[in-house]
Amino acid sequence: MSTELIRLTAAELAVKIHSREVSAVEVTRAHLDRIAAVDGQVNAFLHVAREAALANAALVDESIAAGTAPASPLAGVPLALKDVFTTMDMPTTCGSRILEGWRPPYDATVTTRLRAAGITILGKTNMDEFAMGSSTEYSAYGPTRNPWDTSRIPGGSGGGSAAALAAFEAPLAIGTDTGGSIRQPAAMTGTVGVKPTYGGVSRYGLVACASSLDQCGPCARTVLDAALLHEVIAGPDPLDSTSIDAPVPAVLEAVRRGADGDLRGLRVGVVRELGGEGYQAGVQSNFEAALRQLEKLGAEVVEVSAPHFQYGLPAYYLILPSEVSSNLARFDAMRYGLRVENGTSAEEVMAATREAGFGPEAKRRIMLGTYALSSGYYDAYYGQAQKVRTLISRDFATAFAQADVLVSPTAPTTAFPIGEKVDDPLAMYLNDLATIPTNLAGTAAMSVPSGLAAEDGLPTGLQIMAPALGEAVMYRVAAAYEAARDAEGGGALIHRVPPMEVSA
Amino acid sequence: MSAPTLVDYDEVVERFDPVLGLEVHVELSTNTKMFCGCPTDFGAEPNTQVCPTCLGLPGSLPVINHAAVGSAIRIGLALNCTIAPWGRFARKNYFYPDMPKNFQTSQYDEPIAVNGYLDLELDDGSVVRVGIERAHMEEDTGKSLHVGGATGRIHGAEYSLLDYNRAGVPLIEIVTKPITGTGARAPEVARAYVTALRDLLRALDVSDVRMDQGSLRCDANVSLMPRGSSEFGTRTETKNVNSLRSVERAVRYEMTRQAAVLLAGGTVVQETRHFDEATGTTSPGRRKETAEDYRYFPEPDLAPIAPSDEWVEQLHSTLPEMPWEHRKRVKAEWGLSDEELRDLVNAGALELIEATVAAGAPSSEARSWWVSYLAQQANTRGIALDALPIRPADVARVIELVAAGELTNKLARQVVDGVLAGEGGPDEVVEQRGLKVVSDDGALIAAVDEALAAQPDVVEKIRGGKVQAAGAIVGAVMKATKGQADAKRVRELVLQRAARE
Repeated sequence: MSTELIRLTAAELAVKIHSREVSAVEVTRAHLDRIAAVDGQVNAFLHVAREAALANAALVDESIAAGTAPASPLAGVPLALKDVFTTMDMPTTCGSRILEGWRPPYDATVTTRLRAAGITILGKTNMDEFAMGSSTEYSAYGPTRNPWDTSRIPGGSGGGSAAALAAFEAPLAIGTDTGGSIRQPAAMTGTVGVKPTYGGVSRYGLVACASSLDQCGPCARTVLDAALLHEVIAGPDPLDSTSIDAPVPAVLEAVRRGADGDLRGLRVGVVRELGGEGYQAGVQSNFEAALRQLEKLGAEVVEVSAPHFQYGLPAYYLILPSEVSSNLARFDAMRYGLRVENGTSAEEVMAATREAGFGPEAKRRIMLGTYALSSGYYDAYYGQAQKVRTLISRDFATAFAQADVLVSPTAPTTAFPIGEKVDDPLAMYLNDLATIPTNLAGTAAMSVPSGLAAEDGLPTGLQIMAPALGEAVMYRVAAAYEAARDAEGGGALIHRVPPMEVSA
Repeated sequence: MSAPTLVDYDEVVERFDPVLGLEVHVELSTNTKMFCGCPTDFGAEPNTQVCPTCLGLPGSLPVINHAAVGSAIRIGLALNCTIAPWGRFARKNYFYPDMPKNFQTSQYDEPIAVNGYLDLELDDGSVVRVGIERAHMEEDTGKSLHVGGATGRIHGAEYSLLDYNRAGVPLIEIVTKPITGTGARAPEVARAYVTALRDLLRALDVSDVRMDQGSLRCDANVSLMPRGSSEFGTRTETKNVNSLRSVERAVRYEMTRQAAVLLAGGTVVQETRHFDEATGTTSPGRRKETAEDYRYFPEPDLAPIAPSDEWVEQLHSTLPEMPWEHRKRVKAEWGLSDEELRDLVNAGALELIEATVAAGAPSSEARSWWVSYLAQQANTRGIALDALPIRPADVARVIELVAAGELTNKLARQVVDGVLAGEGGPDEVVEQRGLKVVSDDGALIAAVDEALAAQPDVVEKIRGGKVQAAGAIVGAVMKATKGQADAKRVRELVLQRAARE
């Protein structure tokens, strides 16, 4: 029974819970049991909130038994929350030693909305320290392993959330995407990950990596589940000045429409600069297969050019570290978090704490950013990067004049072995080549599974990009493609994850 | 550090032209902080007016206080500035424990108001125009209390305590253009500028403008150039200037100190200096080993500020009468000479008198109280007139009681003494001290009859038409009632009662 429950989608679970076919408590317990059984191998969770999760599930069951309408279509469904959102009842570490054991006195807006929707938060998921990394190896609490092959990385920074889905530890998860941290792990784990339009989901209570790039989004095993979760977390928030004061795009309706498999009249743009050289053969061939699939659904596939995307990566690695160097300055041992009493002045304590508390990638980016913002270098680095950002936005505008959505492979490769790139930052950074432009432009994009690479049998992802607030068309294409691919591939890809050894 | 040899002030201004630049920080008296909903009240228990945002907790985000922007625009308009149609906040990055995020959110190079001026009237009535470079919005820091050192400064302290109540309080920094050509009057101009600015901000009702509480703070940049030169010398920036008088003293001291350095063949070091109220001197701040690089960049957590023309226009219509216009009107209404008005202004009595008038008192009575009896009391206590523990409304009430015949002038002063002694409002003091004029005719008649009976010869005189003889009886009655009777009424009764017998 419980092994069946964990393989259901969030939508299916919700129906069963709301019709009292199963209880929310049973569903939660099944997932908690699964976590207990497999997370030793996966390390997706940094904290499991067993009691709080069961208590929430019991409340949902009570209210359903009392005949009250569910708080949301996902009430009672369990979820894994990336450990970068503040939670009053759980620690929030951001994968960093410097915040080990920190218990925030307030909930993030996303946390609040999940709770209000009756969703059961199972715990907090592992991540690269302060969301900086593409493999989850830069977590201070050990790497997360990819359920498809536990010798490999699950992508990053949100590897914990993606791996939790692929390991059937949770049907839903929340991620954050600064340069691809939702989409790239989704591709690497055969799951669905959405980076909404910048400002589409509140960042209040999301511990900042790079403020102008960070965006929270839903992670799931199906496009429908992602859409259901999207509608729970999205929408304006007076506590976030950068949240967009506009209605949430009707993504659920778009998914239902996409399910009819008719994409006639839609133009799908293939970005010439995102593909070819540097992309693994199996990634490229799955992408081409996806294009044929989209054409079969009636979409018109056109080629578009985004000449400035090639400068996206360098621009990103100036803007991001600049903001990081400032955002991470607050971790100074004065008010919360780690404190290393090494020295007599405040400055000495700060330096000793930061030396001990930050990992290598965080330090690297703090130094890069500090340098890029220094007087005399600002114009050449930060200033130029901002100009590139504008040019990339223009490239998107031009491309979206020719196509309703743009597509590319989500990541250039499949999941690589743990340890392979951890000492080669540039190789690591190249993983985000295709996802970064969207963050720079503040537009929307998502990754849906596009098959397994022939050469290594590991999942690949199709990235679908849409204009700002164009999530509806993006979800519609994703839903249509997902249905067609699953039909052709003989069922959802996620069910081909090799079974994991279950410890008692 | 040896005490520098100072130069005679006359010689300073004979040899050099001073150049001033004044930076004034004003804490806005908005209900809430610049980027969060915490209250801004001064003097609360440490760390009780804080939230995730003003504590800079991970994940917290700022939201701009619309009312603070409105205040900033009104200040800009009152200073004849151009209001920027679009501007961003920036982050000023530096590590200091009293700054929760280790960056200060400040408008830096995109200020809300630029290029204005303020006209000041000096003591002799002449007018100086000071150019305003800009006014920009930022947030205040928390407060450090350094414990264990001799000076209360960080150097030598054993440990420091932090209070973040002030962190995030809205600040406006108003920066002048270089003030040149004021010669010997530079210190006076500096004081007059801060005074005029304070009055202006008070009229706008945007700040408490209390220098003693830090809601108005002035940093004085001073440099000297040889007379006739137009090339500015090296400047110093003096901080911790906490009163109007200190502004004048600090500028004057820096002029004489720098002149001494220059005349001795030395060079002025560009540095931050600290003003010492007790000695009237300045001393170097902690020398920074490396030049501070604040690594400014636009604040990505906030949307740009883009005040609409309509809003600016609407704010413009809310500007009150400016202090100088106001003074002109008061002068006419109260029939004052230039000199009388200036005395009131210089004594800091103008606003108090006005508030007393606003509370219902005639201007002449109000003036008389504040410039004589109350001024004396302030003087005796060695405090400013507005620091006396009596409200203009209390003074107005006392005046009202006198006018109604319920207090004599002598009793009125006792009532004021009671208020100043903290015994409560005028009515309470009257009640508690039993100071009411004896206006009960029954009690007075008894006293009058008694006095008449005691002096039958005087009664005869009165009856004989010598009305002025009544004075002796009145005096006796006043003595018997310990001065609490209305002398006029007593006199009426004496004449009545004497004629009756």
